[in-house]
Amino acid sequence: MDWLKFLRSEPKSTASVAKERLKVVVAHQREGRANGPLYLPRLREEILAVVRRYVQVPDNAVNINVQREAGLEVLEMNITLPDAS
Amino acid sequence: MAKIVVVTSGKGGVGKTTTSASFATGLAMRGHKTVVIDFDVGLRNLDLIMGCERRVVFDFVNVIQGEATLRQALIKDKQNENLFILAASQTRDKDALTVEGVERVLGDLAKDFDYIICDSPAGIERGAHLAMYFADEALIVTNPEVSSVRDSDRVLGLLSSKTRLAESGAGRVKEHLVLTRYNPARVAKGEMLAVEDVKEILAIPLLGVVPESTTVLTSSNAGSPVIANPESDAGKAYEDIIARFLGEEREHRFMTAEKKGLFGRLFGN
Repeated sequence: MDWLKFLRSEPKSTASVAKERLKVVVAHQREGRANGPLYLPRLREEILAVVRRYVQVPDNAVNINVQREAGLEVLEMNITLPDAS
Repeated sequence: MAKIVVVTSGKGGVGKTTTSASFATGLAMRGHKTVVIDFDVGLRNLDLIMGCERRVVFDFVNVIQGEATLRQALIKDKQNENLFILAASQTRDKDALTVEGVERVLGDLAKDFDYIICDSPAGIERGAHLAMYFADEALIVTNPEVSSVRDSDRVLGLLSSKTRLAESGAGRVKEHLVLTRYNPARVAKGEMLAVEDVKEILAIPLLGVVPESTTVLTSSNAGSPVIANPESDAGKAYEDIIARFLGEEREHRFMTAEKKGLFGRLFGN
């Protein structure tokens, strides 16, 4: 619906300016945050160890991310396997 | 087992103490044995808002340092026999609070009380850290204003990492948004962030909206928590907050501006 904004003639309200600015600031703030609970690094190490029992993967093969969406916490995990196997 | 609830915000002046006082009073009015602790060492104010400033003999720091017993330091509320206040000390430095000391006092209180409300100081220093450290649940008091929302987000980051629940991996502090000083008329004019905007940015569940109200000031003048004034919108809003916190379904109110009559529309601003 973004294109609808072009049809609006009135200038942006200060509240919507505030919201836009906050979104940027908060996103930036969350980047530096130790995302998720403290056990996350340990969890990552252990998963890496388990994966290595079956496939040889580099240290950065396991990627864990915690995201919060509308009061819900989503744990996202990515395991990159090597190309030639 | 007592439930420990921290009232926090990061930013000062958003309504933490007002909320702590009304929240604790509301729980006690419902028959729950409740104690509210002022963690703002050096700048105590909860006693004033609760109207018991002249009855403070011993304080939180006295108890931590073994100079007084809990029984001596707890102030019983005059209106409500289920409600007790533990004042902050006015003179000591902030280092007087220690993790072990706070843990011991909270442990002792937990034997006798259903709810322990921790009124956090502003900022993210020692007092604020210790107020949230042992919490099971948190009320994040936020104003619909950029600096308050940003600070609340910072505090959410701390709640999810620098608390005992988070550090032990045993779970997480349950977060509740309390949006205070809300002015629906200004929101309608696009001059103030709307509830939905703040909810979207902070991404935590809304416990309640407290409208900007003249009664908050008159109540604090008189040393009576605003929830004790059931006629006022703010008092009603806090009563709703208690009900929702205790699991009742209550529709949110005070979120839309009252309709102006024809006269108001013609001559109002």
